[in-house]
Amino acid sequence: MASHGIRDKVAIVGMGCTPFAEHWNKSTEDLLVDSSQEALASAGVALDDVDAFWFGTMSSGFSGQVLSRALKIDYKPVTRVENLCATGSEAFRNACYAVASGAVDVAMAIGVEKLKDSGYSGLVRQDAAHDGTKTPITAPASFGLLAPAYANAHGLDDETLKDVLTRISWKNHHNGARNKRAQFQAEVPMETIRNSPKVAGMLGIHDCSGVSDGSAAAIIVRAEDAHLYTDKPIYVKALSMVAGPGAGPMDPTYDYTTFREVTACAEAAYQQAGITDPRAEIALAEVHDCFTPTELVLMEDLGFSKRGQGWRDVLDGVFDLTGDLAVNPDGGLKSFGHPIGATGLRMLFECWLQLRQEAPAERQLASITSGERKLGLTHNLGGHPGDCVSFISVVGSEPSA
Amino acid sequence: MTATADVGVTSYGVHLPAWRLNRKEIGRALESGGGKGTRAVSAFDEDTTSMGVEAARRALAGAPGEPRSLVFATANPAYADKTNATTVHAALGLDRSVPAYDFVGAARSGVGALLTAADSAAAGRPALAVLSDIRTGLPGSAEERDGGDAAAAVQFGSGDDVVATLAGRGSASAEFLERWRIPGDSSSRIWEERFTEGPYKELAQEAVDTALKDAGLTLAEVDKVAVTGLHRRAVRGVARTLGRGATVVDDLVSLIGATGTAQPGVLLAAALDEAAVGETILLVALGDGADALVFRTTDALPALRERRAGPSVARQAAGGREVTYQKFLTWRGFLKREAPRRPDPDRPAGPPAYRNADWKFGLSGSRCTECDTRHLPAARVCINCRAVDQMVHDRVAEVPAVIATFQADLLAYTLNPPLIAAALNFEGGGRFIAEVTDADPAALKIGDAVEMTFRRFYSTADGVHNYFWKARPVQAAVQADEEN
Repeated sequence: MASHGIRDKVAIVGMGCTPFAEHWNKSTEDLLVDSSQEALASAGVALDDVDAFWFGTMSSGFSGQVLSRALKIDYKPVTRVENLCATGSEAFRNACYAVASGAVDVAMAIGVEKLKDSGYSGLVRQDAAHDGTKTPITAPASFGLLAPAYANAHGLDDETLKDVLTRISWKNHHNGARNKRAQFQAEVPMETIRNSPKVAGMLGIHDCSGVSDGSAAAIIVRAEDAHLYTDKPIYVKALSMVAGPGAGPMDPTYDYTTFREVTACAEAAYQQAGITDPRAEIALAEVHDCFTPTELVLMEDLGFSKRGQGWRDVLDGVFDLTGDLAVNPDGGLKSFGHPIGATGLRMLFECWLQLRQEAPAERQLASITSGERKLGLTHNLGGHPGDCVSFISVVGSEPSA
Repeated sequence: MTATADVGVTSYGVHLPAWRLNRKEIGRALESGGGKGTRAVSAFDEDTTSMGVEAARRALAGAPGEPRSLVFATANPAYADKTNATTVHAALGLDRSVPAYDFVGAARSGVGALLTAADSAAAGRPALAVLSDIRTGLPGSAEERDGGDAAAAVQFGSGDDVVATLAGRGSASAEFLERWRIPGDSSSRIWEERFTEGPYKELAQEAVDTALKDAGLTLAEVDKVAVTGLHRRAVRGVARTLGRGATVVDDLVSLIGATGTAQPGVLLAAALDEAAVGETILLVALGDGADALVFRTTDALPALRERRAGPSVARQAAGGREVTYQKFLTWRGFLKREAPRRPDPDRPAGPPAYRNADWKFGLSGSRCTECDTRHLPAARVCINCRAVDQMVHDRVAEVPAVIATFQADLLAYTLNPPLIAAALNFEGGGRFIAEVTDADPAALKIGDAVEMTFRRFYSTADGVHNYFWKARPVQAAVQADEEN
């Protein structure tokens, strides 16, 4: 009856991440080969050394065979997982648990998504047979529901809210411009963001994450074995995952200014990791900025800002590369791109680089190089406001004392 | 032939769509024709079935009780083979034991449905006649210009609830080539009008003579005359002849167009909206012959007008928002435009639609008997107290709601972008995310009051119509916006 967590029981010893891009010349299989090879090389292990695989994809294929065929895995367990946009995180969580349980010594978590081949704008997924009563709202409009609700609840006028959302997008493009693997590697002027063609409500194209192809992978071992593979393992401090009861769309008390799933998820994660002041203790947070209002609300749900104050902190630059707490230093979903099954692992990849001080100098965080902070957080969600799954990991460069 | 003395109208309702096409716009776009006035235009998400539901809901809101029979008439059915009346039946949440039949094909089906409902009432089964039509024509045609879209519903019963007794009726049927359409065609073909004008005048006279004799009245004793029909010259001629001593009910063609199958119901409703107690109304319908019905209003009429829902016919006809000709053509399928870069909507599946029919068609969720929490759609496990299977049905189709938050979606698949989605909070609890229709996204606000309306969401490539409910700003709010 409790979430005990597996703090410091497992560690990441290798990671790989393809560029996230419109990969017209690469298949799903190519992307899986690329990310897995990089992860294996970084851990200094061969494919044969991996005992079990957790493979995440939302819609780029079915079953573990998508991975086993691509990598030519010799008759080993491969589990395909899916949890909407938190799919990559779910693969990671399950691989960690397998190692922590002692069932396997070395596990790979790998995620992939090939979105551009569909030819459609935005996400497309095949739903089960249904009665046709679900309002066919797209993701930008669904997350856009947060915008007027937040403004209404906290007394912001449309202009101010637009400034806040623009600032979030601008920051993430600024960070992505310092990332060779990001889908969009250019800074974008505020005016361009503000005036970008509308997609839903006040959200323009520049308020939305990139639709891209990509893959990312991690090699996970028991913490006590970690130094056999690398001098700089990354320890898993917390793995928190919740699925909500879908209350938002049916409960009038839900006001669309929060993700109840995220607040519950964060409480469990901080308890597992022993964090009491996340804004002061964490060096970087890779959060699920699928749309700019999402990142705004997450700042409050993750405890980085006081309720109703997130917008001020955004405008004050609190979450910039040089701010109190860097949020999405790799560019986030906004500029790194969002191939669903890979995203959660991509977030971890930035923690891997930053905490090992291997990020490019132009975005390496001072709070880490100074030794002041040693923790990174990833937050990944799937679904819609009021009706979602939420995942949070906390990872660190040192085992706890 | 004699009408049963105490049988007649017990309630009625009319739905005129929110949109109007200014006939001048047709002329401007096509550089020819056009005309004066406006015509009513069903929205992109309306068809004859959904409009029939809206009219029927208004009729039922004032009705003394549920009908024991339902007939649905249209010249423009959403489905062949499949009964459209059962969709109306389901949307109204009528008891399963109530039969529902289609009268499909000719505009004359409208008056046929009225008389059939009256016969049913005479046999002791109160009946609801639902009349609905969408008049189409090729771009630039008289059909397009003069037609109009509307639905009306009239419930017939007997006894003290009757607000207008059916005092007499007469018919004259004749086979002649006047107006015809091959199934699937978008426009009727019409014989030279002057040939058919003569037969219509004769047939109308025969039907009226019979009806007046049946009622034991002379034409001089008639207070109001309403003449309907798609043959404009004949309608005008007959109205002139019959209207010499009576008030001619405005046929509303200048505002909404000739609404075909629905027109006898719309004009009867318009007459009843205005009639005094004890008035005699002569309703004449031309089409493949002629039919005449004589009604006499009773002292129950004023009370019905007070309790029934929805604005009067005159108020609905005078309202409406203009739609551009391009948008009208797009909605009608005459202007095929580039689809959004999104997959076509997939088809609603038969089994889940049947399992969830109370929700999909009746907008009925569930209410927890343990803690009184409303669930939209129905759930087995309570979102509040987690009680399992302690639920009763709870219909919210007539329950007012307000917008909790909303968003205009420019990416979603729709014939009328942007698709507006809103989280609705219902009076008495419950929420769901609904599409908002007949609305201006720039004018919407959190907290706006909405009412539910039954619509056709889309039709799939294999011809399945997906019906469900949307929210629309309440009529009062719409009109306040227009005044601003």
